[in-house]
Amino acid sequence: MKIGTPKEVFDGENRVAMTPDSAKQLMKLGYECAIESGAGANAGFSDAVYKEAGVEVIKTPAALWKAVDIIAKVRQPNETELKRLTKDKTLISFFNPAGNEDGMAAAKAKGANVIAMEMVPRISRAQKMDALSSMANIAGYRAVIEAGNNFGRFFTGQITAAGKVPPAKVLVVGAGVAGLAAIGTSTSLGAITLAFDVRPEVAEQVESMGAEFVYLDFEEEQQDGAATGGYASVSSPEFREAQLAKFRELAPEVDIVITTALIPNREAPELWTEDMVAAMKPGSVIVDLAAEKGGNCKLTVMDEKIVTDNGVTIIGYTDFPSRMAAQASTLYATNIRHMMTDLTPEKDGQINHDMEDDVIRGATVTHQGEITFPPPPPKVAAIAAKPKETAPELTPEEKRAAEVAAFKAQTKQQVTLLAVGGALLLGVGLIAPASFMQHFIVFVLAVFVGFQVIWGVAHSLHTPLMAVTNAISSIIILGALMQIGSGSFLVILLAALSVFMAGINIFGGFLVTRRMLAMFQKS
Amino acid sequence: MEFGFTTAAYVVAAVLFILSLGGLSGQESAKRAVWYGIVGMGLAVFATLIGPGAGLWWLSIILIAAGGMIGYQLASKVEMTQMPELVAGMHALVGLAAVFVGYNAHFELGNVMAMSPDGMLPLSKELAAGLDGFAALLAKKEGVEINILRVEASLGIWIGAVTFTGSVIAYGKLSGKVTSNATKLPGGHMLNASAAGISVLCLIWYLNSGAFLPLLILTIAALFIGYHLIMGIGGADMPVVVSMLNSYSGWAAAAIGFSLGNDLLIVVGALVGSSGAILSYIMCKAMNRSFVSVILGGFGGTAGPQMEVEGEQIAIDAEGVATALEEADSVIIIPGYGMAVAQAQQNVAELTRRLRAKGKEVRFAIHPVAGRLPGHMNVLLAEAKVPYDIVMEMDEINDDFPETDVAIVIGSNDIVNPAAQDDPNSPIAGMPVLECWKSKQVFVSKRGQGTGYSGIENPLFFKENTRMFYGDAKQSLDSLLNLIS
Repeated sequence: MKIGTPKEVFDGENRVAMTPDSAKQLMKLGYECAIESGAGANAGFSDAVYKEAGVEVIKTPAALWKAVDIIAKVRQPNETELKRLTKDKTLISFFNPAGNEDGMAAAKAKGANVIAMEMVPRISRAQKMDALSSMANIAGYRAVIEAGNNFGRFFTGQITAAGKVPPAKVLVVGAGVAGLAAIGTSTSLGAITLAFDVRPEVAEQVESMGAEFVYLDFEEEQQDGAATGGYASVSSPEFREAQLAKFRELAPEVDIVITTALIPNREAPELWTEDMVAAMKPGSVIVDLAAEKGGNCKLTVMDEKIVTDNGVTIIGYTDFPSRMAAQASTLYATNIRHMMTDLTPEKDGQINHDMEDDVIRGATVTHQGEITFPPPPPKVAAIAAKPKETAPELTPEEKRAAEVAAFKAQTKQQVTLLAVGGALLLGVGLIAPASFMQHFIVFVLAVFVGFQVIWGVAHSLHTPLMAVTNAISSIIILGALMQIGSGSFLVILLAALSVFMAGINIFGGFLVTRRMLAMFQKS
Repeated sequence: MEFGFTTAAYVVAAVLFILSLGGLSGQESAKRAVWYGIVGMGLAVFATLIGPGAGLWWLSIILIAAGGMIGYQLASKVEMTQMPELVAGMHALVGLAAVFVGYNAHFELGNVMAMSPDGMLPLSKELAAGLDGFAALLAKKEGVEINILRVEASLGIWIGAVTFTGSVIAYGKLSGKVTSNATKLPGGHMLNASAAGISVLCLIWYLNSGAFLPLLILTIAALFIGYHLIMGIGGADMPVVVSMLNSYSGWAAAAIGFSLGNDLLIVVGALVGSSGAILSYIMCKAMNRSFVSVILGGFGGTAGPQMEVEGEQIAIDAEGVATALEEADSVIIIPGYGMAVAQAQQNVAELTRRLRAKGKEVRFAIHPVAGRLPGHMNVLLAEAKVPYDIVMEMDEINDDFPETDVAIVIGSNDIVNPAAQDDPNSPIAGMPVLECWKSKQVFVSKRGQGTGYSGIENPLFFKENTRMFYGDAKQSLDSLLNLIS
C-alpha cells in the first residue's frame, strides 16, 4: 500500500506529517511513500531530500490523494480534502472528533477509515504515538522562548560589574506535558520557577524538574487525576477560591506566567483574572497556552499578542508547534510511524485495522462506513496507578467473624501441632533416661528458635546465610577439642584432623560472609 | 569454677549465634550479625580450650591457626561466581569432621570400658577418679545410656558421611569437574534403599556387639548414599542440594553433640539444621517441586507429550539491542546462572549505570532459584556494585512486566519459561516464573540454540516479541557497551 502526505492547507501551518526519516522507517514496514511537492518546505525538508529517501514526489494535491491508500496529515481536513476520501482510503490526522460532527459524517458517507491522532488513549503502550503529548512538549518549550522574547530582562540572576540582575520568577499553571516542558525550559534558563496543578500527585514530577510546587492551604482532599485518565477535571468552587487567592498573592511577584490549564472538551477555566493582571509589574509576560479554548486569562486574544494598559504582555498564540515546524514535524511523523507500526503487525505493507486493539479502537473515529466515536473506555487502566482496589467493604460484624474464624483455624492448627509434639516428647521421656532428656529438650528448643529466626531472613541474603551457617556449623570443633586431650594416639590423630578441618571452615566461612555482606550497598 | 565458666560461655555463645542468624533479616544489620557469629565462635572455642577434658591446647591452637590460614587464603581468593563451590566444599569438611569425632566417641567408649574389670559401665568411683572430661562423662553411663550414646554417635557418623560425599559431588558438579546431568547407577533408588537397609542392620549389629567393623560398614554405606544421591540430581536443582547439605551438616553436629553431651553443639547444630531445612523448603516451593522428589533425584513423571513449540528463534545483533535500549524508558534485567558462568556481572552493572545515567528506569528481577545457590544472583550483583534497592524479588516485580519496554534475559532459562504456565505436560508446569514475555520486547542473551541445563524447550525464545542475542554473555555485553555511551 502507499502512504501519502499532502501539503497542509491550513493558513500558517508549517508542519508536515512525513519526514524523510519517517518515510524510510515506513518503507521498512513494506509501504511505498509519496509526498506532495513542497509539503515539507516550511519545515525545512525540500523535495530533493524526500526524493533521496526514496519518496515519490507528486505535483498536485488532487493527484496525491488519488494515488495513495493512506493519507497522513497534521491538521483536521477541510471540506475539499474530505471530498477526496474514498471507501478504501485511511486517513490519519488530527480530527477533533468531539467538535467536528460534519467532518465525521462526511468521512462516514465516503466510507473511509479515519484515525484521529488526538484520540490515542493515554496508556503506556500508546505513548509512542501520543501526538498530543509530543506537540504539547513543543508548545511548553516554545511558550518559555516566546515569553523570553517579550520579556525585557535576563532569566537568570547575575551579578556583573554593571550591577546586579535579579532572576526572573516564572509561574507555570498546569503541570501536564506542556507545563512540565515549560518548567524544564524555564529552570534550565535559570529562572526561579513555581508551578501549580490541581492534581497533587504531580508535585513530585514538578519538583523533579527543579521547580517549586505551590501548595494551597486547603483542607479538602484534592482530586486524583488518575481517575480521569491522567487529565485534570473540574474542581469544586471552594478549591477554586483557595487557588485564586493563592494566585492573587503571587501575582505581584512573578514576572512571567505560563498557563496551560485545559480540561478535555470544555472551555478553559479562568485562572488568571483581570485583577491579577492589573497587579503584575509592568513588563511582565503572560503566555496563555489555552488560548484556543478561550484562554485561562480572559484578556487573552486568540492568535495575537496584546499589551495591557499597565504594560503586561499577553501572548495568545495557538500555533506554537507550527512555529517550530522542523522539530514538530519530526516528532509528529514519528508518532504517525509508530501508529503505522501498530497497524501493520505483519510488516507486509498491508493495514490490519484491528478493532480489538485498545489503541487502534480508541483512535478510530470512522470505520467501514460507521462512526465509532466516542470509543468505549480502554480495557487497560490509565497510566497512573489505580487507587487501591477497595475490596467489597465488609461490615464490622463480617470482619469480626472472618477474624475470629481465621484465629480459630490458626489456634486449631497450633494446638494440634503442640499436642502431637508434646505427646511425642512425653513418649520419648517415658523411655529415655533423664540425662538424654536434658539434652533433648535443649535440642527441641533450639530447632524451634531456628525455625522462628530463619523465616525472617531476607531473600537476598540467602547466600550469606548459607555461608554463615556453614561457618558456625564448624562448632563441631568443640567435640574434637574435648577429645584431643584424652585417649590414645588414634583418637588424638582423628581429633587433630577434625580441629584442622574445622579451623579452615571457621575462618573461611566467616571471612567469605563478611566479604559478601560488605558488597551490599544502597544506591 | 572451670566447668561453670564453660557452661556460662556456651550460653552466651548460643545467644550470639541466634542473634547472628536473626540479624540477617536486613542488609545493614547483617554486617553486625557476622561479628556476633565470630565473637560467639571465638568464645566457644576459648571456653572449650580452658574447659574440662581439653589437653594438648598448644597443638589445638597450632592446628586452628594453620586451618585458619588456609581458610583465609581460600576465602579471600574465591571469585564470587565460585561461591556455590566453596560453600559445598566447606560442607564436606564439616561432614568429615563429624565422622571423625563420632569415631573418637566410639574409641573413647572402648577405652573407658576396657578400664573396667568386668568390661561394664559405670566404673567404680576409684577407677573413674583418674578420668576427666568426656571420659569422665562416659564413666558414669549405664546400660541404656550407652546404647543411646551408640545410636547418637552412629547417627552423627552416618549423616556426616552422607554430607561428606554429597558435598564433594556437589562441589564437583558446581565446578564442572563432574557432569551436571542427573546420572544414576543401574538399580537407581533400589541401591539407595539397600544401602540404607545395610546401615540399619549395621546399627543393630553395632549396638549388640560394640565392635568397630559394623561402624565402618555403616560409614561406607553412608558414603555411597551421599555419592549416589547427589549424582542423581541435575544441575538445575543445585540450590536445593546445597541448602539441603547445609542442613545435614547441622544435624550431624547436633547428633555428635548428643553423643558428647555438649549442649552448645546441639543448639548450634539444630540452628544450622533448621536453617538449611527452611532454605530447601523455600527453594522447592519456588520451583513448585516436592522436596522428596528433588532429594530422590530427577523430575517427577510427566503426564503426556510436551507441547510442540512453533515458530523460529529470531536473532538480533548488538546494534539492534542498543537501539531498543536507547528508545526504552524502563528496562528489567533477569540474570541467571549464565551470567555467573560468563562472569558478566560487571558488564551488566556497567550497562545498568549507563542506562540509569540516561534517566531510564532499570531494575533487576531475581527468581528465587536463579543461580546455583539461594540468593546467588544478589551476591553477584552486589559484588558488581548494583545498588540492592533496584534488585527486586519475583513477587515484587512480576506485575510490572506489561508496563516495561525491554526485558533482558541474561543466561537464565527455566525461570522465564512460559511453558510452566501454558503447558500442563511440561516438567516444570506450575512452577512460578518471571513473566518477562509480557513486556514489549524481550532480548535473550544466550550461548546458542540449546535447551540448557534442564533440557526443557523454552517457548519464550520463539515468541513474537523475543529476539535472541547469541553469544557469550560477557562478550555480547561488551559489544553492547561499545554502542551505548
